Amino acid sequence: MTINVRFFASLRERIGHATLTVEADGIASARDVWKAVSGESPDEEMLVAINKEYAGLDRAVADGDEVAFFPPVTGG
Amino acid sequence: MTVEIREHPFDPWQTVSEYRSTRLASGKSGASAVFVGTMRDFNEGDEVQAMVLEHYPGMTEQQLEDMRSEAVSKHGLEDALVVHRVGTIYPADDIVLVAAFSAHRKEALAACREMMETLKSTAPFWKKETLAEGERWVERNTPG
Repeated sequence: MTINVRFFASLRERIGHATLTVEADGIASARDVWKAVSGESPDEEMLVAINKEYAGLDRAVADGDEVAFFPPVTGG
Repeated sequence: MTVEIREHPFDPWQTVSEYRSTRLASGKSGASAVFVGTMRDFNEGDEVQAMVLEHYPGMTEQQLEDMRSEAVSKHGLEDALVVHRVGTIYPADDIVLVAAFSAHRKEALAACREMMETLKSTAPFWKKETLAEGERWVERNTPG
């Protein structure tokens, strides 16, 4: 399974990458993707999008999905 | 261009004026409600010299378009317009324009406010401030 992972704002700086590709079996949810890229449990405030739509951490991911992690939004 | 991300400074008043004259049906909108957000030179007690606004290309535009079309549908607007800056901005630069056009004021005012609050809480933008000493991310928006 290949997942394209994106990070924005402070999470991009923390991870040290804007994008990463995760190729691994045993990844079922966005939470698993986060653990694979960070080795940490997710922050409570962290937001997730799958294929550019908001999703919960426990939403299932599929091969080829784009999964994005970012902090609370601060536009406007 | 009912939803637009701009990388360079823009004049929201000129944008509204041009939109009204070129895109709206003449004589249909009795009410135009407009919100313009502008960069301050202070935040949380500190002087802010500049700010970088980041977004999620593709997702941001889709979120704004969904928000805009929902507002048009819910309030029966004639039309609505959303413009947001990204990139490096400076105090007094305009950041966001939200405009709602409807037959009567009630719907235009309600839709303008609702769109602005939805934008603040859901549109994927992030601000990083440049202070006299260093930089910091804005962690969250204040409630409206």
